[in-house]
Amino acid sequence: MATLSVCQTQLGGFSFENCKRNAVLEAEVTKLGCRMPAARKTGTTIVGVVFKDGIVLGADTRATEGMIVADKNCSKIHYISPNIYCCGAGTAADTEMSTQIISSNLELHSLSTGRLPRVATANRMLKQMLFRYQGHIGAALVLGGMDCNGPHLYSIYPHGSTDKLPYVTMGSGSLAAMAVFEDRYKQDMEEEDAKRLVRDAIAAGIFNDLGSGSNIDLCVITKGRVDYLRPHDMANKKGVRTGNYKYKRGTTGVLTKAETKLVLEVVEETVQTMDTS
Amino acid sequence: MNTRGLRSQLKDSVPVTGMGPQVGAYGVQDTLRSGFSSVKNELLPSHALELSEKNFQLNQDKMNFSTLRNIQGLHAPLKLQMEYRAARQIQRLPFLQSSHLALDTLKGNDESISFEDILNDPAQSEMMGEPHVMVEYKLGMM
Repeated sequence: MATLSVCQTQLGGFSFENCKRNAVLEAEVTKLGCRMPAARKTGTTIVGVVFKDGIVLGADTRATEGMIVADKNCSKIHYISPNIYCCGAGTAADTEMSTQIISSNLELHSLSTGRLPRVATANRMLKQMLFRYQGHIGAALVLGGMDCNGPHLYSIYPHGSTDKLPYVTMGSGSLAAMAVFEDRYKQDMEEEDAKRLVRDAIAAGIFNDLGSGSNIDLCVITKGRVDYLRPHDMANKKGVRTGNYKYKRGTTGVLTKAETKLVLEVVEETVQTMDTS
Repeated sequence: MNTRGLRSQLKDSVPVTGMGPQVGAYGVQDTLRSGFSSVKNELLPSHALELSEKNFQLNQDKMNFSTLRNIQGLHAPLKLQMEYRAARQIQRLPFLQSSHLALDTLKGNDESISFEDILNDPAQSEMMGEPHVMVEYKLGMM
């Protein structure tokens, strides 16, 4: 294989060397009756809504790995730029890496233009990257932010299509959350109403969908101010035990007592100073 | 017999460019350079994205140059390609890592980060090419 590197220049990026080997391994493993390990998904409820002065983004905090909860309090609202935040559903690593790459690119871009980045720029960068990989990067995103043209909210699907809407939901709990939105959304809401609506939508996703759970995180983006409320609401607190099952001292009566002294002699004494600063 | 022609007559198969047998100088498989051949490995790509990723940069450049030609005339892509060719020649010996600074600045890669910079960085690769062989290949002596 060393001779191969003579003729072909080394390129960075994805390497497909092991795909055939993985396919063979998977066939072997299914013949034995086991399953290949599953990637960690965020099986999620994420929502976004436009209100009078800005955007409210909301997300639950459960990450699943097959049928097991992998993370009870993961953070799904990712930073893209000081005025743009993005919620991610789908494969956890894909959403994490995509948002970080786009955040770096937006930072370089804004340094080059000298202006605050626009939400449409982030949207365009994300959709072009996701389309390039034809949906193999499983990242479904809700992108929201405030720029010079006002508040903007986009939903981005793993294959690269985007929608610009006043209220969006994504993830496995999206139908439950969308039901709440369709019932109570009004144009030009106040901030408190918008926060309450998003909280209720995420709660609907948490209580009606197995893939979503734990707490509710909120992110309120207005002109010049971002409130990252984590956790905004602990909808699923672990219960406190009602009874104390420890026995009191003296419950068992003492019949006899026998004391035996252990004779120890000091052989060696060393002093080790501990840095307690 | 032309193996490419045979392959295109197979049912249920689409002729896939870029995956054909690597022919060497004498028209047969160059076992020394590209290893043993296997029909199954060469007929289909191992992953749906393999081919599109291999040719991505080339296709982007072709698209951009043809758009430039339609908007500004033939001189624009011609001048740019001349500059790319000049910048591509500023390199260290083939087995050493060169920074491609001029080429990156011309192409605009100095202002963007993508998977090529994060995953599989060629500067961190575990295998080094054999220096003598690589220089001979580059000078066309091999």
